[in-house]
Amino acid sequence: MTASRLTIHELHDLLIKKEISATELTKEHLERIQALDGEIKSYITVTDELAMQQAKSVDVKLAAGENIGLLAGIPMALKDNLCTEGIETTCASNMLRGFKPQYSATVVNKLQAEDFVMLGKVNMDEFAMGSTTENSAFFATKNPWNADCVPGGSSGGSAASVAADLAVYALGSDTGGSIRQPASFCGIVGMKPTYGAVSRFGLIAFASSLDQIGPLAKDVTDAALIMNVITGYDKKDSTSADYAYPDYTTALTGDVKGLRIGLPKEYLGEGIDPDVEAQVRAAAAKLEELGAHVEECSLPYTRHAMPAYYLIAPAEASSNLGRYDGVRYGLRVQSKDVVGMFCQTRKQGFGPEVKRRIMLGTYALSSGYYDAYYLKALKVRNLIKQDYDRAFDQYDCLIAPTAPTTALHKGQNQDPLALYKGDICTIPSNLAGIPAMSLPYGLDRNGMPVGVQLLGKAFAEPTLLQVAYALEQNTSLTRLKPNQGKGL
Amino acid sequence: MDYEVVIGCEVHVELKTKTKIFCNCPTDFGGEPNTHVCPVCLGLPGTLPVLNKKVLEYAIKAGLAMNCEIAHFSKFDRKNYFYPDLTKAYQISQFDLPICKHGYIDIETSEGARRIGITRIHMEEDAGKLVHQGATITTSAGSLADYNRAGVPLIEIVSEPDMRSAEDVLAFLTNLKAIIEYTGVSDARMEQGSLRCDVNLSLRPVGQKEFGTRAEIKNLNSFRAVERVIKYEIERQTDILEDGGKVVQETRTWDDGKGMTFSLRSKEDSDEYRYFPDPDLTPIVVTDAYIEELRASLPEMPQVKRQRMIEEDGLPEYDAGVITASKALVDFYDGVRAHYTDAKKISNWIMVELLAKVNADGIDLSEVKIQPEQMAALLKLVDSGEISGKIAKKVFSEMFATGKDPDTIIKEQGLVQISDEGALKNMVAAVVEANPKSVEDYKAGKKKAMGFLVGQIMKESKGQANPAVINKLLTEKLDSM
Amino acid sequence: MISKDVVEKVAKLSRLDLDEAEITLYAEQLSQILDTMAGLQQIDTEGVAPLAHVLPIENVLREDEVGECFTQEKVLANAPEQSEGMFQVPKIV
Repeated sequence: MTASRLTIHELHDLLIKKEISATELTKEHLERIQALDGEIKSYITVTDELAMQQAKSVDVKLAAGENIGLLAGIPMALKDNLCTEGIETTCASNMLRGFKPQYSATVVNKLQAEDFVMLGKVNMDEFAMGSTTENSAFFATKNPWNADCVPGGSSGGSAASVAADLAVYALGSDTGGSIRQPASFCGIVGMKPTYGAVSRFGLIAFASSLDQIGPLAKDVTDAALIMNVITGYDKKDSTSADYAYPDYTTALTGDVKGLRIGLPKEYLGEGIDPDVEAQVRAAAAKLEELGAHVEECSLPYTRHAMPAYYLIAPAEASSNLGRYDGVRYGLRVQSKDVVGMFCQTRKQGFGPEVKRRIMLGTYALSSGYYDAYYLKALKVRNLIKQDYDRAFDQYDCLIAPTAPTTALHKGQNQDPLALYKGDICTIPSNLAGIPAMSLPYGLDRNGMPVGVQLLGKAFAEPTLLQVAYALEQNTSLTRLKPNQGKGL
Repeated sequence: MDYEVVIGCEVHVELKTKTKIFCNCPTDFGGEPNTHVCPVCLGLPGTLPVLNKKVLEYAIKAGLAMNCEIAHFSKFDRKNYFYPDLTKAYQISQFDLPICKHGYIDIETSEGARRIGITRIHMEEDAGKLVHQGATITTSAGSLADYNRAGVPLIEIVSEPDMRSAEDVLAFLTNLKAIIEYTGVSDARMEQGSLRCDVNLSLRPVGQKEFGTRAEIKNLNSFRAVERVIKYEIERQTDILEDGGKVVQETRTWDDGKGMTFSLRSKEDSDEYRYFPDPDLTPIVVTDAYIEELRASLPEMPQVKRQRMIEEDGLPEYDAGVITASKALVDFYDGVRAHYTDAKKISNWIMVELLAKVNADGIDLSEVKIQPEQMAALLKLVDSGEISGKIAKKVFSEMFATGKDPDTIIKEQGLVQISDEGALKNMVAAVVEANPKSVEDYKAGKKKAMGFLVGQIMKESKGQANPAVINKLLTEKLDSM
Repeated sequence: MISKDVVEKVAKLSRLDLDEAEITLYAEQLSQILDTMAGLQQIDTEGVAPLAHVLPIENVLREDEVGECFTQEKVLANAPEQSEGMFQVPKIV
């Protein structure tokens, strides 16, 4: 049982050479889930029957000598905020326990068209609010590197399942770092595409102007392959960008000669774990060695991103989560009248972090505070975007930590504000809508993986993949596997 | 104390698009509950809105027809509130940057012409329908939600508080309805709910500049209800003020059966809509070229048409006013005019015969079966003397009922006017012979006798004899005796 | 500092029924969080436009063409309570 350790492109080769069948591959993953996920707890729903069916249909195609796509027959996991018709989609919330959507998300349909194999739906912080996956209403997911650590969040189930080889790849969503930070904590590759590059239709909204779906994968090539399938204009999403999306694998040249790379000083120093900073600087040095020009630069508004984000995201969330009122789907707590039903349903259906953000957002939008908070935050958002615009006039790409630290210990941070501050490295790119990815780069003093973040201007995903691929090909620090003795 | 009434209106008009504002569900009325619903208008988690092109076009057309400025940059906002008829707990609407603003509608009142300001027109989605299980919303045990109407496109037209009486409001609504009908963006039928009016009414002592506290009366669905509400609210608020009390700023609802308004919710709660730009929808940028293209596509508006009917067609002001108040009547009038020149005759037939029948049958003008060409043909038949005016009314009745050509009806029922002197001579001779007393009276100079004899001949001919020919033949006959 | 009154008002607007302990907790936490937001007020945003959309996309419009609807059964598939083809809710006032 080693196929589960392989990447999409490696497995695709085995499939077309008929060295393994999609059914065998899927079965192996389902068995691993059976054996290991009781401990890791990455899956909320395992769709084993469906997965075997999907795998079988790929095997039929292979047997018939048909060409198959690169994702065909590859078992994967979906974050549980992506709607799957007829399959429970919970957002890890009591509010949506048992909710089987009547439609599927655009990305799910795209994967379906590529003959994907869905192993199941994976855990997350409730409604994607959090950075530890401890806010799941059902259970916390463990970090496969160290069971005492969190996998990060909110796409913690996605990251843990891939890191533990319980899925070859996963999709997550990133509103303020929710793909990149767990990818970093679990030692895998995660990418938040440009806002608008992947349709949000069917992604259960947290903060609509920030949410973006993206891949969590075992290596850079896999991330590019997934991007090839999930990006694209969708007329069902008004914010979808009508753009000539490239073949992302063409960026995987290994060559970074002459690229201009900025190292923003605001992402280093105070508040950043020295081991994390050291790895980021090591990666930068490596790129220089490979022929890129790296220099320090400045994004002065970075420190204001956290307060701006924690006004904008909760404001949008407070509105997006209004629809959970017990009338049409999800939880209903009976009461004598409608208002009572609304209040009781929402009291019991939402967890503390969700309530906190709804309260914060409602406050920020209330008359009397709107200008001082929400509107001000939108203006600051513009300044943050302008920071990046200026930087990308000079640099092809920026390099920074993905998170200030490596994986936190379980229950380490009870103070919401301290946790919010942990998002400081990932939030600004969501505010600006630019692409960013996290690449594993070595370990910290405790043997936990460090994530290096690459950021580019809108639609510069190929540049990020190019740089990440060069690092991956030229060091042994990027394809990391959890220490199976210490971890799981 | 004497109070001045200050009234502003918010009028919701349902746009006549094929599909809803943000999804492809049909806007058709009827159908089983919850069958014109998709993931988007059901507000399922993860769904997103995409604006219907026609809604933007229609909103701009309505704005141009009401003399508005069209915003080059506009956006959609979310109006957040919880109610079971709202599938997302917010209504997508427009807040600070509506598509149209600063327009006006001119009205005629007994006190002369007035201009009522239009503050703004914005686009928004309708909510679903709640069916209350019980007599009224307050006594019902529960309610049922049907989302067929959820997401039907609306424009909300907000007037300035420029109206001072029920008469003003009715004139305003009449003209607004006509303008909307002319543009073709809505059926604008109050009875069907495609035009709904909220009335904001306050009182202030005569001479005072500041407005008094207003009550907002929601969802009035007939002109009569608007009139009654205004009368009722003036009395209610006057009573409160005269008792030294204060009017509460609130939303009230009208109970047509009881003829009363009652409080629905106090304003302080509903004021907190927490508007913010909808991140799921992109801004709307409208070019001058597009605005001009739409302006050029607009038909003549009622006020202009009315003036032309008075000046060019020579119609009385009253006639022109009645006809132009309805696009269907104008179209009918113009249709007849294309085949027939006497404007006043057309107007008479419309005002007297057509409207009487329409009102008696309680049908909509759009359901009238008579084609303008048929009406013109009928008028020509009268002019040529082929049928009498009396027969024409009979034919008209039949046309109204069946939509048949007047010629066909005349043939089928043998209603052709008899002008043939040969045929009528015999009838005249017979009547003269049968009524020697009248002939004597006539000879003795009693001219009245002539009328009696004509009547007898008409009776004999079952009304089909040409009166002019009869007169001529009878005079000849009597004078020859 | 956010008072308990404000927390209660915000909870009511949010249709969240909070108990006393939650009100106290949120009053404290929201106050702390909003304190850190206060720094935003110091930033000069004179002449800076609010950024609601990151991409310069405008006029996304669709044709007025009828598409497919759900069947009534599908619409009601997740209804917590239904009656006569509609969603049942308790009395409104």
